[in-house]
Amino acid sequence: MKHWIAFWNILLKDLRAYYLKPPNISWGLIFPLAWTGMFFIRSGSGLESTLSILPGVMAVSILFGTTSMLSVTVTFEKRNRSFDRLLLSPIPLWLLMLAKTSGAILFGILNAFVPVVMAALLTDLSAVNWSLVVPAVILISLASTFLGLFIAVSVSEVFEAQTFSNFFRFPMIFLCGLFMPVASLPVYLQPLSYLLPLTYGVDILHGAIRGQNHLAYPLSFGLIFLFCISLFLLSLRNIYRKWIL
Amino acid sequence: MTAITDSNQPVTPKAPIILVEGLAKSFGKVTALNGISFQVQPGELFGFLGPNGAGKTTAINILTGLARADAGTIRIDGQDCTRNPKAAQHLIGIVPDESNLYAELTGFDNLCFCAALYGMPKAERVDRAHELLKFFGLTEAGRRKFGGYSKGMKRKLTIAAGLIHRPRILFLDEPTTGIDVASARQIRQLIQDLHGSGTTIFLTTHYIEEAERLCDRIAFIVDGQIVLEDSVPHLLQPLQNKHVLLLYVLGADQQLASQMAEAFPGGQVEVAAKDQLRLEAETPIPLAPLVNFLAGRGREVTEARRPSHTLEDVFVRVTGLQVDMLKKEKEKSTGGGQ
Repeated sequence: MKHWIAFWNILLKDLRAYYLKPPNISWGLIFPLAWTGMFFIRSGSGLESTLSILPGVMAVSILFGTTSMLSVTVTFEKRNRSFDRLLLSPIPLWLLMLAKTSGAILFGILNAFVPVVMAALLTDLSAVNWSLVVPAVILISLASTFLGLFIAVSVSEVFEAQTFSNFFRFPMIFLCGLFMPVASLPVYLQPLSYLLPLTYGVDILHGAIRGQNHLAYPLSFGLIFLFCISLFLLSLRNIYRKWIL
Repeated sequence: MTAITDSNQPVTPKAPIILVEGLAKSFGKVTALNGISFQVQPGELFGFLGPNGAGKTTAINILTGLARADAGTIRIDGQDCTRNPKAAQHLIGIVPDESNLYAELTGFDNLCFCAALYGMPKAERVDRAHELLKFFGLTEAGRRKFGGYSKGMKRKLTIAAGLIHRPRILFLDEPTTGIDVASARQIRQLIQDLHGSGTTIFLTTHYIEEAERLCDRIAFIVDGQIVLEDSVPHLLQPLQNKHVLLLYVLGADQQLASQMAEAFPGGQVEVAAKDQLRLEAETPIPLAPLVNFLAGRGREVTEARRPSHTLEDVFVRVTGLQVDMLKKEKEKSTGGGQ
């Protein structure tokens, strides 16, 4: 019980101190809006292209939202030593890091539904399988957050976290089937796509929103879940090895 | 004074609350701690005294779980914390050398947040935060953001945060470094009050006079090794039979010191500083013959003093380090002083 009081308060503190600040709220709205507008204009087609764009915009909103925030909530706090206060409290490290990442996970989930609300104003979403969309969004948010955590604990400065994030984020836009199918990529790049967690999440979204998934749902769910666990455990190991010297 | 920590919890009589044996730590080729051993008794105010880079903060980091030891064992309140530092973290409060609270939260919110990290229920942490803000004279400031506090206020709130969960052991890392004289004095009084209420305190400092005034027992640490450890009276004991006289003589130099040493055998004479001779002997040193001796050589004694022995003398004697240089070095790095 005591640990969960700590968990809840770490999450609340982060929400108040970082996520509910006006710049972050506006960023969470403007970013998906910009992506939606950009791809809608680029597609050159009418409103019927909204559904084909939606999975990619949802995924990219989650990816950028979560990974950007982790460099602040983790790297910045480590840099100014306030993170030490958390490490000195009697909370297991895994629970502490789960608390520190929960805000980003929620932020990612909310970011994903901004383009959904916008799409609902433009087109008919009645055919969307929400029982697949919701768990897929949660898993994409988890995987992206833990990727952000992995990056955040690999560096010591906030700017390093931001630039190192881009090393992963921008290739993932093109490699993970967000706006072009993985099958349309050159053959030598396709194996790389399947090494990235977002590929599986986006494939589920393409299936749930417009019935065009390439992999079986259980396989995609299983693999993205495996990525989540691996990235989280790898991050814990890095914290233990690099931060508790 | 309100009891600020929970000193009524049962403590095994005479069992050390902190027991450290053979603690070693290296960073690459640099040895930070070289197999140090010491004990701290319950309710004791134990001082860890040494220059910058001696290993004080490394020792605190290992004891509190922020760093891992390469070798050695740590037991806190009987629990083996060598492999599992989390085992005793609920017993300890930590006040780091730099305030590490959240700039964007108010003083009150910072304290409530720190209390929540130890699993305190909401009503209890609110009461405790108000109690500590009042105790530290920060009731008004508690409504303001921590980022806007002065250095002294920041240090006080950081100490309050370290006490929020009523720890049995408080680690204070350089608590008065870099703050103004008035705040430093207040903090020293707080430390004495806490000690009086039964809290075990582990204090690191480079201010020797502070350690002498506050601590029950002191360990001198230099280059990762404890070179001397004892109670303050015991540390001073070897100097009790020494008689020291400081003479202020314009143009005093080594040649003059040598001449005096020849003329007055049975003691030591040295140039302690510019225009200052220091005489040390096993027997009382009469002043008149010295003044006459110097007058016969055309030198005038402008001032003479018989200083009492301090821990600083012991420190300099044991380590061979110059205390003033250490203070200046530290104050330069923290941008303040006392």
